[in-house]
Amino acid sequence: MKIARVIGRVWATRKLPDLEGLKFIILQPMEMKNNTAAGDWIVAADTQYAGNGDLVYYVTSKEASFPFSRSHTALDAAVVGHVDRIDL
Amino acid sequence: MFLGRVVGTVWATRKDEKLDGLIFQIVKKVDDQLQLKPEFAIAVDSVGAGSGELVLCASGSSARMTEVTENRPVDTVIMAIVDEVDFAQS
Repeated sequence: MKIARVIGRVWATRKLPDLEGLKFIILQPMEMKNNTAAGDWIVAADTQYAGNGDLVYYVTSKEASFPFSRSHTALDAAVVGHVDRIDL
Repeated sequence: MFLGRVVGTVWATRKDEKLDGLIFQIVKKVDDQLQLKPEFAIAVDSVGAGSGELVLCASGSSARMTEVTENRPVDTVIMAIVDEVDFAQS
């Protein structure tokens, strides 16, 4: 999993039937320290009610479809939790 | 997923038989101003996106998780057509 800050939202009504009702947000991957960006932003599915500015952790690749029980969920990034605290 | 715009279509008659019947769209990635970047991908269309539309694409093995791409050698799929994008003011 990686850490990212939520920097926006994407709305899409026409999509795969098994993605109906899903929320898409824009994530900026972050470094562990110094609050700096680490690479380009991506779009991810969100079931954790993440809002702009929140620090979250997300999963990529086929594992991103695992939070969803429907079968045809073509997602390669999904938020799986909020970051409360990082101890380094 | 990445955001991109459909800029064209690829036609190919000689191909792996498992790719029969699929539509290949050329999707150019966009930046946070929704301007076209140089990077592009050939993506199988699973939602009927037209030329010029802003779309969301999934890559990797997740691209096979649609009815049209299941069990086919596909690594990028258009899975949604975008209505609106909003980048929060930083």
